[in-house]
Amino acid sequence: MAPDLGLILPVVQLGGRPVLGACELRFGAGQVTALLGPSGVGKSTLLRLLAGLMPLPAGARILPGDGGTLAGRIAWMGQQDLLMPWLDLRGNVALGARLRGQKPDLARADALIQAVGLAGREKARPAELSGGMRQRAALARTLMEDRPFVLMDEPFSAVDAPTRHRLQGLASGLLAGRTVLLVTHDPLEALRMAHRVLVLRPGPNGAVAEDLVLPASPPLRAATDPAVLTAQAALLDMLADAA
Amino acid sequence: MRALIAAIGILLGWEAFVRWSEVPPFLLPSPIRVGNVLWTRWDILIGHAGTTLTEILLGMVFGSLLGVSTALLLTAWRGGRRWLLPLLIASQAIPVFAIAPLLTLWMGFGLASKIAMATIIIFFPVATAFYDGLRRTEPGWLDLATTMGASRTAILWRVRVPAALPGLASGLRVAAAVAPIGAVVGEWVGASSGLGYVMLQANGRSQTDVMFAALAILATMAMVLWFVTDLLLRRMLPWQPDALSEDTSR
Repeated sequence: MAPDLGLILPVVQLGGRPVLGACELRFGAGQVTALLGPSGVGKSTLLRLLAGLMPLPAGARILPGDGGTLAGRIAWMGQQDLLMPWLDLRGNVALGARLRGQKPDLARADALIQAVGLAGREKARPAELSGGMRQRAALARTLMEDRPFVLMDEPFSAVDAPTRHRLQGLASGLLAGRTVLLVTHDPLEALRMAHRVLVLRPGPNGAVAEDLVLPASPPLRAATDPAVLTAQAALLDMLADAA
Repeated sequence: MRALIAAIGILLGWEAFVRWSEVPPFLLPSPIRVGNVLWTRWDILIGHAGTTLTEILLGMVFGSLLGVSTALLLTAWRGGRRWLLPLLIASQAIPVFAIAPLLTLWMGFGLASKIAMATIIIFFPVATAFYDGLRRTEPGWLDLATTMGASRTAILWRVRVPAALPGLASGLRVAAAVAPIGAVVGEWVGASSGLGYVMLQANGRSQTDVMFAALAILATMAMVLWFVTDLLLRRMLPWQPDALSEDTSR
């Protein structure tokens, strides 16, 4: 199982304005932590800091539980599928290795394509795939990287509700054992997929994270579970209050 | 098909106008007269057309290569942007036609000065279109490539360049359309063969029908060049989104 991931942050400023408050967070080993909050509160900033897409402010530390570094050990899944239109599905899934100048393991790529239910479409270009299929391809590409830490920035926000529901089930199974940070706007998505839900609430010195009490059942939780629906109502209240 | 009907319509109208108005042939020859020149002097015209076509094609090759390498240099090398870009833009303030006599002076009456002319005129649209494409890579792709541990070189060749190919294609289409201008202007300034040379000679002798014949060949060549370029580019970039094409197979 993937190690846990600690993060110590000073106040993070963007354009002279405090975005994230000073905090110490620990994301559970092999667990999905969902991060919610109003738009602009700093969810994506937090994710980008971890992904190395933004320079870490002085005093910030990222502490994987096994004592190693985070660089080269994360997989990133963004809001859009980010498939390269000039590559076929197999080429897109195997993109990481090609970008690092390594020989891609095509057998593994094909196995993952099958795992996300796209077997037979290996040669298809992204334009020939539906929105849901493209997001599944992006999931296969994320898994192809085979990293202990997975950072997801609203990965399913661009697809319709039933597709999103199916994708959550698929992703939950395939990501098992990895330490996942899932930024989402969808309370139900967080409650179905996450072991822990954090709500970022804006404050005068930057946003602070608050834990939500979750149903006792482990994810993947059913959307019809009364405990999930109660928690959803509580989470919506919390989000409305934070906005 | 519609284009053909339109062309025939224009030719018929032109013929009718010439007959009805009795314009002297040295001002406006009738299409039949032009066709006759094309038919009887084909052997001479085809040779000149060959010269012009060679100039156009070589100009396209050199201009495109130069444009592509400049765009790559500007993208990959930060100093290049600072030094080369202002120079590149300033160079476009000089009308290309104004330097045609200079080119002829330096490179002679032969093919070289015309190829240089076509190269210069093609270079800029190719360089700017490709450079624009290279700059406007979808930021999400760059983020993704960065998290995958790609080097700057890998990002350039495997993400930025393929993503900029549709931009380059637009530049090449413009190049195909303006290349004949470069070649013909070069020939006007000083040449011993080529369609521009034929036109100049015919103009001096009031052989307007010959001028029109040369013009017709030039226009046909330019159109064929554009369509072939367009077709090749479509074949080579099948993933390029094309909202206007009829088979939006999504």
